[in-house]
Order: sequence, then structure tokens, then C-alpha cells
Amino acid sequence: MLLAVVLSLALMIVDHRQHHLESVRSILSTLTYPLQFVANLPIAAGYWVSETFATRTRLQEENRELHRENLLLQGRQQKLAALEAENMRLRDLLDSSFKLGDRVLIAELIAVDMDPYRQLVLLNKGSSSGIYKGQPVLHANAVMGQVVHVNRFTASVLMITDASHALPIQVNRNGLRTVAIGTGRINELELPNLPNNADIEVGDLLVTSGLGGRFPSGYPVATVTSIRREPGEPFALIKAQPSAHLERAREALLVWTLTPPDRDDSDANSGQSAEQPPPEEP
Amino acid sequence: MTLTPRSGTTVIIISFCVALLLAILPLPDWAQMLRPQWYTLVLIYWTMALPQRVGVGVGWLVGIVVDVLSGTLLGQHALSLALIAYITFEMHLRIRLFPLWQQSLTILVLLLLEKLLSLWVMGAVGQPTPPLSYWFPPLIGMLLWPWIYIVLRDLRRKFQVS
Repeated sequence: MLLAVVLSLALMIVDHRQHHLESVRSILSTLTYPLQFVANLPIAAGYWVSETFATRTRLQEENRELHRENLLLQGRQQKLAALEAENMRLRDLLDSSFKLGDRVLIAELIAVDMDPYRQLVLLNKGSSSGIYKGQPVLHANAVMGQVVHVNRFTASVLMITDASHALPIQVNRNGLRTVAIGTGRINELELPNLPNNADIEVGDLLVTSGLGGRFPSGYPVATVTSIRREPGEPFALIKAQPSAHLERAREALLVWTLTPPDRDDSDANSGQSAEQPPPEEP
Repeated sequence: MTLTPRSGTTVIIISFCVALLLAILPLPDWAQMLRPQWYTLVLIYWTMALPQRVGVGVGWLVGIVVDVLSGTLLGQHALSLALIAYITFEMHLRIRLFPLWQQSLTILVLLLLEKLLSLWVMGAVGQPTPPLSYWFPPLIGMLLWPWIYIVLRDLRRKFQVS
């Protein structure tokens, strides 16, 4: 009994302070993958049934709609490519190194409930797809979170709204930099470090600043929903709502940020980069 | 059909697997808060019925698996489940004699203890204090105990696990 208590206390301390236990956890979670797979089955079967037995007209309708959307997005993409090139030229003139060109991989969420008091989700891609710890995860071009544990088949993602997550951001309107901290509620972020006279308004878009070196810069994170300025308090009380629908997400995009030397080849085919296999080495 | 004690091990392992499965099965948000601690209930039953086979060691192992499955700190559930198994082991002769409703009350205390230990660990690593609904699962577990007890007892008799 004493042994078990001492052992678990030691494990907890090591797991919390250092990160040597990642391999143990990854082996154990590979072993428990069958359980997660079985737990996911009913939901997966539900999706399969609704896709298989969808009526023809509904499928046609959906197809038409997707075509329309695709056309629209391609139109926008053309403009984006020109803008991106222009941006790179200007940055080259300024001699600034700027990371651009990301590679992405689509992963699906496994419907498994984890610790209900933390914002964790499980993805169906693991280290065998090249996913690494600390990798940024996006959802339809808004930031969702980062990978915290990874094993061969699955990866757990800590959402940006978890109470232990902090994300360096800036206000898109004026470049004001700060940190967004999760609240533990799935649709709320907090910006606790801005003084009362900071230039920030309700409705401002917050984007990643890329300062932590973990997230690529320039991805939308949240919109400011409320600001309370108390004259007696040193900091304003600012709340923001994540742009990604964290509670409704079914798919996630895993991002590999390419460093400038890789830039040239990635720019050439940035249009198709979504389906490319990830690089061997993160 | 003759069953050796080996097949008994399978029954125990399967019951734990089902409990773990129930613990990670996706539920709607409101039900998530009410999810009973299935694995604790199963562990208490086996420790009570077969103290010579299931005890602190098994509790600890199950706890590690729960930690990995739910993404909590490694050792958080292991600590509380090992302690629960130990207390059950010490008291198993007494608990066995209680009528079912009295057993349920004892189970409630054990389940609350597990939650309390988890709460301490969460507090120690600086996670925010969970809402009041954190304390509901032990109540549900208490109400479920008579059924779990009867189902597992019948299983044990059917497969002659000893």
C-alpha cells in the first residue's frame, strides 16, 4: 500500500515537473487504443449510416453547394496568392525573416470523453503520421489548440480554452500584443494583462502573434466580446470568444510550419499543399 | 463445461474493460458531469469479493490506465484507486455482511474519498476548482451500487470466479 502511494506520488511529481514520462504514457496509450476505438464505434457507425443512406437528391444538393463554395474559394485563393507574393517581396525588401507556407494534415476527432474538467480532445492521427508534441492544431483557419501527448495512432490536443493554456496573440487592427489565457469554459478566453487605457474594442479580431515560436503567426484566434474597465483596477477585464467552433469541431488541421529555406518549393504548389504528406522530420 | 480459475481472470479483466469503456464513452454535456465512477465501483466489488486476488496492485494499475485514457496527470487516479482498494481490503469482511442499502452508504464514502483525493491533486498542480457538479458522480454511484453488486455477483457465480 505504502509502495503504491509513494510510487503514484513520485509519478505525479515527475509527470508534472519534468517530461521524461512522455514515452511511458505513449506506450500505455497505444495499448489502450482498442478501448478508445470501441468507444468511438457507435458515433462512427452513426456517421457511416447517415452517409450511406442519404437520399440521392440530398447528395446532389450537397454536391452542388460544395461546387459553388469551391468556386468561390478558388476565386479568393487567386487573389491570396498574388497578395502573398507581394507580401513576401515587401518583406524581402525589409530583410525580415518571416515564416510563411504551412503544410497541413487533416485529422478526425475520436469521440471519446476525457477528463471533463479539462479541454482535451483526441485525434485519430499519431506519431506514425509525423505528428509531434507541441504541434499547433487549427480548425478551418482558426486556432484550436496544440498537441500535448502523442502515440502511434492518436494524439491528444489541449484546446486554447483550457485553464492551463496561454497563447501569445495580437490585435489585428493595431498590432497590440498580449496573451490570451483559457478560462476552462469552452467558448471563452481571457486577456488579463492589458491596462485600462489599452487600445482595444469590442469586436476586435485577435490573431496569433507567433511570438511563442509554437504557433504560426497571423491565424485568427478570437473576437473580443466584452471589456470592463474598472477605474480602481490596474488591468481591464477583457473576454473574447474563440473563432473556431471548439465544441462542434469534427475535424482538425495539423500544421507544420516551414522555415524560410523550404519556402520556395512550398510556394510553388501552395494550392495543393493541403493533401501532401507531412515532412519526415518536424 | 469445466472452468479453471484462469477463466475467472478473464471475467475480471473483461469487467474492468467494460467499466473503462463506460468511463470514456461519449455522452452529452449535461450527462458528462453525472457519469458515475464505473471503474471504482467494479474495483470495490472485486476487492470485496476476492480480496486475495484483487487489491492495491490491481487498483493502482487500473488507475494508471484511467490516467492515460483521460489525459490526467500520471498517478492521479492510481493514487486514489490504490487507496480505495486498500480501505476496501481492510474492511471487506465487515462490508460483506452489511445489507445492500448500508453497503451503498459505505460505497458513497469511498467514492467521495476518491473524488476528494483527485481534487487535492488538481489543486496541487494549480487547476481551477471544479464546479459543484464535481460531487454528483458519487451519489449516482451510490444509487447504482445495488445493481452493480447483483450483476457482478451473478457473473461471479456463473463463471465460478474464485
